[in-house]
Amino acid sequence: MLFASRSFCYLGVRKYQLRTDLLLRCINISASATMTFRHKNTRRIEGLDSNVWVEFTKVAADPSIVNLGQGLPDISPPSYVKEELAKAAAVDRLNQYTRGFGHPSLVKALSQVYGVVCGRKIDPLTDILVTVGAYGSLFSTIQALIEEGDEVIIIEPFYDCYEPMVKMAGAKPVFIQLRYKNDGSSASSANWVLDPAELANKFNSRTKAIILNTPHNPIGKVFTREELQVIADLCIKHDTLCISDEVYEWLVYKGNKHIKIATLPGMWERTITIGSAGKTYSVTGWKLGWSIGPQNLIKHLQVVHQNTLYTCPTPLQEALAQAFWIDYKRMGDPDCYFHSLSRELESKRDRMAQLLQEAGLKPVIPDGGYFMIVDVSTLNVDLSDVDEKQPYDYKFVKWMITSKKLSAIPLSAFCGPETKRQFEKYIRFCFIKKDSTLDAAEVVLKNWNKQPA
Amino acid sequence: SLQAKMSRPVQAQRLEGIDKNIWVEFVKLAATYSKVNLGQGFPDFSPPGFLKEAFVRALSGENHMVHQYTRAFGHPPLVKILAQFFGKLLGQELDPMTNVMVTVGAYQALFCCFQAFVEEGDEVIILEPFFDCYEAMVRMAGGSPVFVPLRLKAPTDGKLMSSAAWQLDPAELASKFSKQTKAIVLNSPNNPLGKVFSREELGLLAELCVKHDVLCISDEVYEWLVYDGKEHVRIASLPGMWERTVTIGSAGKTFSITGWKVGWTVGPNRLLQHLRTVHQNSVYHCATVGQEAVAQGFQRELELYGKPDSYFIQLPKELQQKRDRLVQSLDAVGMKPIIPEGTYFLVADISQFKSDVPDVPDSSEPYDSRFAKWMVKNKGLAAIPLSAFCCAAHRSSYSHFLRFCFAKEEATLKAANDILQRWKQEKTGP
Repeated sequence: MLFASRSFCYLGVRKYQLRTDLLLRCINISASATMTFRHKNTRRIEGLDSNVWVEFTKVAADPSIVNLGQGLPDISPPSYVKEELAKAAAVDRLNQYTRGFGHPSLVKALSQVYGVVCGRKIDPLTDILVTVGAYGSLFSTIQALIEEGDEVIIIEPFYDCYEPMVKMAGAKPVFIQLRYKNDGSSASSANWVLDPAELANKFNSRTKAIILNTPHNPIGKVFTREELQVIADLCIKHDTLCISDEVYEWLVYKGNKHIKIATLPGMWERTITIGSAGKTYSVTGWKLGWSIGPQNLIKHLQVVHQNTLYTCPTPLQEALAQAFWIDYKRMGDPDCYFHSLSRELESKRDRMAQLLQEAGLKPVIPDGGYFMIVDVSTLNVDLSDVDEKQPYDYKFVKWMITSKKLSAIPLSAFCGPETKRQFEKYIRFCFIKKDSTLDAAEVVLKNWNKQPA
Repeated sequence: SLQAKMSRPVQAQRLEGIDKNIWVEFVKLAATYSKVNLGQGFPDFSPPGFLKEAFVRALSGENHMVHQYTRAFGHPPLVKILAQFFGKLLGQELDPMTNVMVTVGAYQALFCCFQAFVEEGDEVIILEPFFDCYEAMVRMAGGSPVFVPLRLKAPTDGKLMSSAAWQLDPAELASKFSKQTKAIVLNSPNNPLGKVFSREELGLLAELCVKHDVLCISDEVYEWLVYDGKEHVRIASLPGMWERTVTIGSAGKTFSITGWKVGWTVGPNRLLQHLRTVHQNSVYHCATVGQEAVAQGFQRELELYGKPDSYFIQLPKELQQKRDRLVQSLDAVGMKPIIPEGTYFLVADISQFKSDVPDVPDSSEPYDSRFAKWMVKNKGLAAIPLSAFCCAAHRSSYSHFLRFCFAKEEATLKAANDILQRWKQEKTGP
C-alpha cells in the first residue's frame, strides 16, 4: 500500500513530504509492477512491428558490400536542387512554420505541373496535401478513408507498407497476384498481368479501395490504358476508391507511357494520386510527397495530417517548389530532369540486365521504375541446411550478402502470407546507382562461379 | 449493398469531431489583418548562425548521401548526441538505438505516443488549458480525454501575478484517476500559461502515476525557456517515473527553427519499441539534412554547456527581456499579464480592459475569442484567445484571457506597444 503524508493549505504554497522509506517502497513496488507491466501496445499495431527494411538495411550497411538492395540512389541529386535548398535556408521566415497542408509556393507549383499532366485545373489549396514522403500520403489516405469493416484490394507483389497500413486502420487486405503470362517473348514486366475475372471476384460491397502502384515496385510494370480501364470499370461499378501510388511516374522507358488512372472517365472523383519528391528529384532523404485528388476526399486527408504532424519542413518545400518551376518551364524539353533522369536510368537498366544475363540469369526487364527482379533458382544455390522457417529468397539474399558481398531484397517481403512461397525464387535489385557501384556489381557477378578465397 | 455504401460517409469514423482546428481560423485572420502578429508561436528573429551554417554545410558537402534516406528511427549522429545529452540530464545510461527516436517535430512524437498506447476504453488525463492537439489526438486514437483544470489562485496584493499562480487541486486531480486511466499528458514549461511545474507539483503527479500505474507523456519542448533562475525539472528523473514516461523534445523550440520539424522521444525501450512500430508504419523516415544539422547544433551545445556562450543560456536570457518588455506594454494599458516562468507565451487578463468590443448577448462564442477577432481586424494586433486551449465544455471558465507570443524582434514588440498605446489613448480620449 502506498501512501504519503502530506500537508497542504489552500492559500499559499502547497507542499507534501514523502518519507524516505515510503520513497523506497514506492520504487520497490514499481519494480515488482514491472513484472506485470500492463502497458502493452494497442491492438492497432499488434503484429506490425517487424519490417523487412530494418532487417536488410542493417545487414547491408557494411561499406564493403555492393548495395543494390534498398531503393535509394547513390547518385547525386541535380545541383540546382541543392542550390535552391541553400537559398531557402538563408531566409529567416523559411526556417519557421509554413502552411500546414503544404507550403504555398509548393502547392502552387504542384498544381501547375499536374494541371498540365492531368489536363485539368487543380486547386492548390483544396486538391493537394503535402506529406512526409509518399509514405506519409499513403498513411494519411488510409487513415482518412479506411476503417474496420472495410476491405482493401492489394496487388501482389506490393510495396510492403500497404499491408500493415491497411491493418493498422482496422481493415482487411484482399490480395490479388500479378501472374506471369508466358507469350514467348523475353521476360518483361509487361508479362506480369492481372486476370480480369479473378480481379472482378475480389470486389464486393465491403471493398472500400484498391491500391494501385504504377510504375510498379518491385516488378517495374507500367500498367497500360487497357489494364487501367479494367480496374476503373470495377471501381465505378462497385463505387470503390482508388489509391494510386505513382511515385515512379517519370521513370518510364522507351515504348511505354505512364497513364494516370485519375484521368480516366469517372475516376477523378474517386482517386487519390500520390507522388514523391524523393523519386522525382533523387532526394529520398527530403521525405516530401503529395496527395492529389478531389476536394471532398483531400479534405479528410488534411484532417488526418493536422492531427498527426501538422506541417512539413519549410525550407525543403520551398526548395522543391523552385526546382519544380525550373522543370515546369522546360517540360517539353529533353533537358527537363523528369526526362533526363529517365534516359539515364534506362541505360543503367540495360547495363544491369546485361550483367545478370551474362551471369546466366533471366532478369525481368522493367518498363519503368528503378528495380529489376530476377529468378535466382537457376543458380542452384543449396541452402537447405540454413534455418528453414524463412523463405528461400530471404536465405539466398543473406547468403549472397555474406559470401558474395552483394545485396538485394527478397521478393517474398512484398507478398501476402499466402503467396510468399510463390515468389521465393525471386530477388529484387535496385539500379539507380552510380557507375562505380554497377562496376563493382559486375565484378561480383563475373566472379560468381569462382570459389571464395 | 451499393446503396448502403453510398449512404455512409466516405471518411473513417476516427475523424469524427477532430476536423475543426483553431489555427486554421486564427492563422487566416492574422494573415489577412494583422500588422503585428503575436498569435502563432514561432520566432520572427533569426535562427542561430551556427545552426544555419551547419545546415548549408551538410546539404552542399561532398557527402551527397545526406539527401537520401537515413536510419528510420533517427539519424545516427543525432540519436547519439541526444542519448549523451539527455542521459546526463535524466541521470540514465541511454542507448541511442533503443532509448531515443527522432520524429517529425514534437507533434509527430505525440501522435506516436497516443497511437501506440491509447485505444477505445482508455482515459487520458489532460491538464487544462492545453496545447490543442492533445485532445484531438486522444480522440483519434479512440480514447476519452479527462480534463483537470489549472485554476488561477486569487491575487493577494495589487502586484502582477506569476504563472505559478495557476494551480491544480490535488484532491480533484487524484479523483480523476480511474482504472481506465492509461496516461496523463504533462506539458512543462506549459503552453499557453508559461507555468513551470515545481518539483513538488511534479512529485504529486508522479506519485499518482506510480500508484495507478499510469503512463506519463511529458511534452517538454520549452525545456530551455525558463526564466528568473527557475529550474526545469524532468519528471522522468523522479522516482518510479523513468520506466513509465516518454519525454518529448523539439529542435524547433530549442534552436528557434520551428520550420525544420525535428523532434524526438526519449524513454525506456519497453515503451519506445511501440513508438517505433507506429513510426515505421506512418512516416518511417524523417528528413536527413535537418537531423544532421541539429546533431551538430547539439554537439556545440554539449561543449558549451553551462557556459555563457551556450545558446541554451543566451536564448532564455534574451527572451526574458522580451517577456518583460511585453509585460510592461500590456500592464501599461490595463491588460493584466500573468508573468510566465517559462516558454515564449504569456496570458493576459482582459476583463478589466475597457474595450470597444461590442457586447453580443447570448453569444455562444466566448468573449476572449470575439475580443481576439475584433482586435486583429480593428487594431491589427493578433493574439490567441485562451478558450481555444480548453475543451468545449469549459470554454466559458477561461473566456477573458489572451495568449501572446513574445519570441519576436524588438521592432515587432515596439510596434505592438505602439498599437496598444494608441488604443489606450483613443479610449481615454479628449
